[in-house]
Amino acid sequence: MNENIIELVNLTKKYGSFTAVDQLDLTIRKGEVFGLLGPNGAGKSTTILMLLGLTEPTSGSVRVCGIDPVTNPIEVKKKVGYLPEDVGFYYNLSGWENLMFTARLNRMSGKEASMKVELLLEKVGLTEAAGKKTGKYSRGMLQRLGLAEVLIKNPEVIILDEPTLGIDPAGVVEFLQLIARLSRQEGITVLLSSHDLHQVQKICDRVGIFVGGKLLAQGDLKTLSQVLFEGNPFVIEAGIGFDSSGLQLADNKAQEEWVKRILASVVGVQAVSKNGNLFRIHCTRDATGEIAKAIVESGAQLYYLNRKEYGLDEIYYRYFEGGKKNERKE
Amino acid sequence: MKEKNNNLIGRIQQYISKTKGPGFYRADDRVYHPFNVIVQKEISDHVRSWRFIILLVIISLTCLGSMYTAMSSIKETIKPNDPEGSFVFLKLFTSSDGILPSFVVFLGFLGPLLGISLGFDAVNSEQSKGTLSRIISQPIHRDYILNAKFMASLIVVSVMFFALGFLVMGFGLISIGIPPTPGEFLRIIIFIFISIIYVAFWLNLSIVFSVKFRQPATAALSGIAIWLFFAIFYEMIVDLIMKGLVPPTGLVTEAQMINFENFRLNLLRISPSQLFSDATTTLLMPNVRSLGPLSLVQVIGTIPGPLSLTQSLMLVWPQVTGLIAATIICFVISYVSFMRKEIRSR
Repeated sequence: MNENIIELVNLTKKYGSFTAVDQLDLTIRKGEVFGLLGPNGAGKSTTILMLLGLTEPTSGSVRVCGIDPVTNPIEVKKKVGYLPEDVGFYYNLSGWENLMFTARLNRMSGKEASMKVELLLEKVGLTEAAGKKTGKYSRGMLQRLGLAEVLIKNPEVIILDEPTLGIDPAGVVEFLQLIARLSRQEGITVLLSSHDLHQVQKICDRVGIFVGGKLLAQGDLKTLSQVLFEGNPFVIEAGIGFDSSGLQLADNKAQEEWVKRILASVVGVQAVSKNGNLFRIHCTRDATGEIAKAIVESGAQLYYLNRKEYGLDEIYYRYFEGGKKNERKE
Repeated sequence: MKEKNNNLIGRIQQYISKTKGPGFYRADDRVYHPFNVIVQKEISDHVRSWRFIILLVIISLTCLGSMYTAMSSIKETIKPNDPEGSFVFLKLFTSSDGILPSFVVFLGFLGPLLGISLGFDAVNSEQSKGTLSRIISQPIHRDYILNAKFMASLIVVSVMFFALGFLVMGFGLISIGIPPTPGEFLRIIIFIFISIIYVAFWLNLSIVFSVKFRQPATAALSGIAIWLFFAIFYEMIVDLIMKGLVPPTGLVTEAQMINFENFRLNLLRISPSQLFSDATTTLLMPNVRSLGPLSLVQVIGTIPGPLSLTQSLMLVWPQVTGLIAATIICFVISYVSFMRKEIRSR
């Protein structure tokens, strides 16, 4: 099962002087659900286009199912199903007709095609709407029809570009579960791109964080947080009231300075910043108890104290902020 | 009246949608080549579209109108001792009563509109619908899409022109009672072929625009702009140039005059509509002996008589080749730019 189905080595794509994808190395194993995560314009779609041979890489190599999509795109397209971002159908044709068209483009006979289409329509729950023109479909229905279309050719890999875009939250859950179920049942490798970590982590075995054309980190959530928070893995949030201390601290900056001063004795405290009403204290170790003691002893009121677990948002913002900083440097 | 029209068109559409549609929907054992599947789908799209129904109505009306004028004026146009006397049947296509233009002129005018309207949204509408990226991710060669679209439109146009041509012939046969000679029949068939090539040129031109421009409206307007330019302004511009070039009469010899006239004609022949009208008039009016000016020396002693079909064909061969070449050039441009285009979802 450890067979690599997608291998990207040193992949680079440049548009003029703009580098959309920068020396990307990525390996996806068979049967895996991989989430490519990144903000808009990070190069996710470009990477996907290169996987399918729809655009040529500037340098580097791509292998999908052992085939090079640059020289042999047709073979790759036989094995890879691709659901583009914001998929569209011929709105003057019904869902059934649209799928028949795709099936016939894949050189299926009429019998085979119609059986397959009926089966898939049932799988994605569109049997009742099959005869309706796709112009009357809702966004979620279109997306499900897209998934059915992708599965027509019995793909080994399916690539979904922003599959949850524009669907309501309940629909998203349903849709992602559908993908996960199909992947598990049929052993299909899934690569999906998204800018929403919350949605993606529910079904992905691994996640790659992709910013500014670079893959910053990959792995499951645990690995990601370890890689990311190596420096100061603990954040303690504290709410401090100054009213009773008799101190006159006009602005946030002065308050931060004051908190820093009283925490100077605590080992491991790295930085203090004020975020809304709360102070965020970054530490190299779990110093919650000592911090509480120091604050209370200083005479200020401690009305809130919370050791933060690194959640998805943290990971996400951390990485994306990192990406933005990189951009600015360039 | 309006309601009645709506009813009729509604019923036509209902009838069309009741029919089974292209063959690839059938659950049979046949495996179609993907190219044929796209062609089938495109043809069915064309035939069911409002656009095509409207165009069909316009062109059928044109056909009827010009046939009516031809019938009513055909008596006057046949003169005794006319070298064309033996080509009564061809008059159906070329004669007019001076109020409505003849069938050929109408076709020369409306053909471009037909071509442009069948092609202007070939690629860009697929892109804006979000279907293009879906189709090219299927295991087919990318050029199938473009070729199939061209092929489908060409088939639609061919069927339509042959049907109309034969209808005119049939009605003419009934009303004037003189059957066409084999020569006349062949001339009409070749005329229809040339008309199809002419429409194919405009079709390809509009496909080029549909690849280049993202907005179908822009593509359509660009096509129409070029059509209007050649139909209205081009001749004026050529005349303007010639006015500047040609010295006043009296200062030039006959030979020079002929050279200037030839130059003017060659300039005009850059326009595809000029090529088309040259080709069709020669074919349908067998007494046309030359498309350029003839000097008095050349004319003296000639016996007025119609050219044979092969002679007429030889006369228009350059025009036909020119039209085909222009069509191919447009096709190559659209082909190259489509193949190199990076297709993203909408």
